[in-house]
Amino acid sequence: MAGLSLRSASAAYGGQRVLDPITLTIEVGEQVALVGRSGAGKSTLLSLLFDAERSDISYMPQELGLVHALSVFHNVYMGRLSAHASWYNIANLVWPFRHEVEAVEAVLEPLAMAPKLWSPVGELSGGQRQRTAVARTVYQDAGILLADEPVSALDGPQAHNVMRTLTSHYATAVLAMHDVELALRYTNRVVGIDEGRIALDEPAAELSPEDLLPLYRGETA
Amino acid sequence: MPQSPTIRTSLGFVLVAAVCLVFADLAITSINPWLEMGRLLRGVVTPDFSSPGQIGTALLRTVAFAFVGVGLGAAAGFVLSLLFRFRIVRMVCAFVRAIHELFWALIFLQFFGLHPLTGVLAIAIPYAGIFGKVYSEILDEADPTPARILPRRVGVLSRFLFARIPDAWPHLRSYTSYRLECGLRSSAILGFVGMPTLGFYLESAFGEGHYDHVGALLLVFYILIAALRLWVRSRLVPLYMLAAPFFLGTGLPIAWGQAVRFFTEDIVPNPIRQGEGLVALWQWFADLMVNQALPGIGATIVLTQIALVATGALSLLAFPLISRHFTGRITGTLGHTLLVIARTTPEYLLAYILLQLWGPSMLPAVVALAVHNAGIIGHLIGRRSNEISLRPGAAQGRLERYGYEVLPRVYGPFLAFLFYRWEIIMRETAILGILGITTLGFYVDSAINELRFDRAMVLIVITALLNIGVDTLARRLRARLRLRHSPTCES
Repeated sequence: MAGLSLRSASAAYGGQRVLDPITLTIEVGEQVALVGRSGAGKSTLLSLLFDAERSDISYMPQELGLVHALSVFHNVYMGRLSAHASWYNIANLVWPFRHEVEAVEAVLEPLAMAPKLWSPVGELSGGQRQRTAVARTVYQDAGILLADEPVSALDGPQAHNVMRTLTSHYATAVLAMHDVELALRYTNRVVGIDEGRIALDEPAAELSPEDLLPLYRGETA
Repeated sequence: MPQSPTIRTSLGFVLVAAVCLVFADLAITSINPWLEMGRLLRGVVTPDFSSPGQIGTALLRTVAFAFVGVGLGAAAGFVLSLLFRFRIVRMVCAFVRAIHELFWALIFLQFFGLHPLTGVLAIAIPYAGIFGKVYSEILDEADPTPARILPRRVGVLSRFLFARIPDAWPHLRSYTSYRLECGLRSSAILGFVGMPTLGFYLESAFGEGHYDHVGALLLVFYILIAALRLWVRSRLVPLYMLAAPFFLGTGLPIAWGQAVRFFTEDIVPNPIRQGEGLVALWQWFADLMVNQALPGIGATIVLTQIALVATGALSLLAFPLISRHFTGRITGTLGHTLLVIARTTPEYLLAYILLQLWGPSMLPAVVALAVHNAGIIGHLIGRRSNEISLRPGAAQGRLERYGYEVLPRVYGPFLAFLFYRWEIIMRETAILGILGITTLGFYVDSAINELRFDRAMVLIVITALLNIGVDTLARRLRARLRLRHSPTCES
């Protein structure tokens, strides 16, 4: 399995450039934290990485992309839709198979979401939705993870729990983070984005939270 | 004088309607309209339920035709909505929904005769066009992210069923149930052209002057529609759908020879059938345009514009009846009942009754269209006004509150709804011609009675094009005035 790479990719919304031409390569085994102020272009970069490849990738966007009318079970199951035939998926939509339910439950258990198995996602809190999306990603079991602020709605212990879960399931991952401490602790490479360009690219082990402060003050230019 | 574009547009419409009034015939011609009206009212308040079998059959047939017609329309419309990105599908949908159910019935009567298929298709075809458009709008509004993040290899069907349908489902369902209510009205009206539904029994009760029978039929119909939410439960709908085809009645058998002849001979323009050449065809067409189509178009536009402004004025008077800013508990309930009756009574039925009472002119049509449509718009705007919370100490007098606080806030949505009804009012105006008002429907009906189906078809196509034109105009106006309106809030 190969990693991911972008060559001189740029993006613009409504005529305004949000991302300068960026060249970025993610090797297998790298767990990358994308850091930077909000609006710096992290989400756009993740979206570009996803559109460039789109196979064997699990993508967890900031808006999560959950189907609100469906239960937690069905949303998690959607992670593996491509592993089954259409008739099987449809049968499972109407009348879930026992072994599929058990498999999904096993993923929900460590995230403390098992009791919500049959709740419609629309009735969940923000944190529960985020953990449902995390469970879908874990269940999908793809080669690479792209996640945009995967713990933004979670409190301390839960945030650590989710970061541990994600990084132990995905050896190769790109995570957009705003929590610098979490980023340094759970990833091995940090890419700092400022005003649409890469302002910093270092191994996490060589960085301290203070090293990232300029990114948030706009002092890198 | 500084004025907003919204006000200027409104004044423009009032001006056009005023000019139209000059050309409109609004006289009451019957000798003693109030005596007959009194008899009708007495009949309605002393309904005669002595023949429950007949009333039951009328209702059963009305419900059966509505379910089968709307069900087929919804199924076909759903398929069309999936193909709606194709221009040809959009055009077909626009065309079939621009032709009124009664026109479809008049066409199908010619080759299926009084077979149930005539009534079923008369509802199913225009409804398929409407469902196709609205379903596709609902599906487009659903959040695209769940489908976007699925891996490429996920099959089309799984992708659609998991990522698209579930979140759109409540909207699809509520719009379909709203359409079912419309379908019940359509089904009732088809009785006036011979289907065994409510209108058929109403017409004969009217003809015999049995106003107490009329009262009983109307009352039961109101209850049926008012209680729709009680007897149409989502679990029961499949059962109704399966049972409905067996309660359509048998009608008369289809004469297939007739059906073939209709297509191969009857609707072919006469000069072509006789082999008289292009010059004769042109003369035939020019004659049809000058003597029937143009006067019909003129009358249709005149009546539509007057009815539109009357509807608007009546809606603005009616919505406070159900608005919590103007009514208490008892007056609110009373207002609600009044508006439910107004919107449940099909305009065709209302026009038919008023024509019997007042004699033939445009007046019964204007009143019928205004009452029915104001019932609908008043209901929607009233509900919208209930979402407004006024600041404490806002204008105390009711008139001040209406003028300064409420009306300015609901005027935008009001215009949006009114423009949306514009096309519907025009379609209805054309059809009221069947009752004797000289709109396009009058010429269509006469041509059919004279067995000149070639002319009837040309006139129906002209009517459809006129509707499509008005629909386009309304959409442009909505866009220019930046009025947002989604038809799904109608339910």
